[in-house]
Amino acid sequence: MNIVVCIKQVPGTTQVRINPETGTLIRDGVEAVVNPFDEYAIEEAIRIKERVGGTVKIVTMGPPQAESVLRSAIALGADEGYLISDRAFAGSDTWATSYTLSGAIRTLGKIDLIICGKQAIDGDTAQVGPGVAEMLGLPFVAWVRKIEEINDSKIKVERMMEEGYDVVEMPLPGLITVVKEINTPRMASLKGKMRAKSAKINVLNATSIVVDPSRIGLKGSPTQVLRSFVPERKTGGEKISGEVPVLVEKIVSTVIDLGVIK
Amino acid sequence: MGIKVDIEKCIGCKLCVRSCAQNAIEVVNGKAFIDTSKCNLCAACVEACKKYQAITITKEARTDAIDLSEFSNVAVFIEQHDGKVAGVSYEMLGEGRKLADQLGEKLIAVLLGNEMQQAAEELIKYGADKVYYVDDANLTTFKDDTYAHLITQFVNNEKPSIFLAGATAIGRSFIPKIAATVWGGLVADCTKLEVDPEKKLLLGTRPAFGGNLMATIICPHHRPQMATVRHKVMKAAVKDEHRTGELVVHKVAPGTINERTTIVDIVKTVESTINITEADIIVSGGRGMGKPENFALIRELAEVLGAAVGASRAAVDSGWIPYAHQVGQTGKTVCPKLYIACGISGSVQHMAGMQSSDFIIAINKDPNADIFQIANLGIVGDVMEVLPELTKAFRAKSGK
Repeated sequence: MNIVVCIKQVPGTTQVRINPETGTLIRDGVEAVVNPFDEYAIEEAIRIKERVGGTVKIVTMGPPQAESVLRSAIALGADEGYLISDRAFAGSDTWATSYTLSGAIRTLGKIDLIICGKQAIDGDTAQVGPGVAEMLGLPFVAWVRKIEEINDSKIKVERMMEEGYDVVEMPLPGLITVVKEINTPRMASLKGKMRAKSAKINVLNATSIVVDPSRIGLKGSPTQVLRSFVPERKTGGEKISGEVPVLVEKIVSTVIDLGVIK
Repeated sequence: MGIKVDIEKCIGCKLCVRSCAQNAIEVVNGKAFIDTSKCNLCAACVEACKKYQAITITKEARTDAIDLSEFSNVAVFIEQHDGKVAGVSYEMLGEGRKLADQLGEKLIAVLLGNEMQQAAEELIKYGADKVYYVDDANLTTFKDDTYAHLITQFVNNEKPSIFLAGATAIGRSFIPKIAATVWGGLVADCTKLEVDPEKKLLLGTRPAFGGNLMATIICPHHRPQMATVRHKVMKAAVKDEHRTGELVVHKVAPGTINERTTIVDIVKTVESTINITEADIIVSGGRGMGKPENFALIRELAEVLGAAVGASRAAVDSGWIPYAHQVGQTGKTVCPKLYIACGISGSVQHMAGMQSSDFIIAINKDPNADIFQIANLGIVGDVMEVLPELTKAFRAKSGK
């Protein structure tokens, strides 16, 4: 089974800081990590490989230093890392990112399954997974919380919905996006880390993948950020302590004043 | 952008036919013929034809620059489950109506369903000028390829300038596929929409970085301007019995849709019938509840308030309640009118999922808990003592 996992390098969650004056992100000194949802994708790919055999190729798009997330994935057991990096890709929105990733995946030979995390924790869009599937003409299932069955020709998964889950079957090749519930990612072994250190990272640029130059980067991106700003923080209101009946009465009167109960 | 066969060079060897994963190539009268509707420009055939170099893919700049004036009107996708219109769709109608009025354009509601003619007509009373209803026996439940195909067809036929859908599990899984196909601009999970009536632009504002940064996004040169919109943020449309409009019913031509996914089963796991992303009130419990049995206190209060039950990651990871109830960055993002956080200390990740609630009440015995920084009302007290009394008090009020 040839599996491709698309991952993204993101700032470590708790360390996100924003310059209150400019409203921009302070990225200096912020450690870059594998997007947490992508860790579940990597883990699931490795588990499938361990069960049925095959290879796991990791693809990421980003600046040269995004190479580090590919090495993290190789340390966990992935076979190959592909860094899609070119100044021409700068300014890509989710459309251009999906397009570029799909153009890169086309150069990787026969593929049975593509796995993505459900979304990246910086942009929170969840649009690149389905975008890549559509551009590659592959069937797609989002929000996968469990793979029930998989063989060379099809996959049966559980898809998280608002009120439960759907059991969905799809032919392969296909693409799934996974949620946190699917597994608990392993830690890298010492041996894995050693292997990752010396692994060769394949670098792909705008000319080595199958793309139309007018559809990449800023030019290929339908959306533009008009402005970014820091939302007004809630400051916290009244805080009271005291005897239980007093607290209860305060809550009851507040809730009734809100007019939310029928 | 396109793919071409040079018939002078082609010898009809069929190497390209074998290389094509899309089954897009046939040899007709001794020459390769590429069905461009199937071809995804993967270039496998170009590689296969290296010897004769008869196939070329051109990558010139977009020459089919779209005429923005061809696109007008605001369209909203109406989501339905088992023949019942989802709550978020009324919010889309309310917001869509507002934007259409500001632009001086029409509001079109798009509904895919089966035997829903009456519900389709009702959409007019909720603000639609036109209802585009596709009726088919295969449309009782959500199907990935079918939905993407039919909505893409709608977009190509009706050419809406703006297209809105709820940021639901369904909306967020198939709308990006339409944007991918039509090269439209799609803004995810908006919490605010505005229009610039002069430029006919949609301004979608959305949270990123778990709510730590807001971004306003536009789509100046592509159409439609698409957005998925978060539940409970926009005001639902109010029914007006006197409104009139046009209902157009479409049928699906047999054999035109290639649905590749199969729904084998649909399983409900939420404990109550109230969906946390659509609830007006959420009572949520965290690590401070101590043990699984104590979580019953959360459920009891929720029941008497008619609220949904939420949970922090700590409570879910401890196995006290299924993941479907988790609120936060790795769970669901909610914005009810009232959020009652019980024994939740307020991690950055949890607050990212609930800080846009209209009103937050936090009950925690630690006076320094971070949750108090965003709570409109902070109750410093032991949940184990406060909750049973609180439930009793509300029960007395409601007479339940």
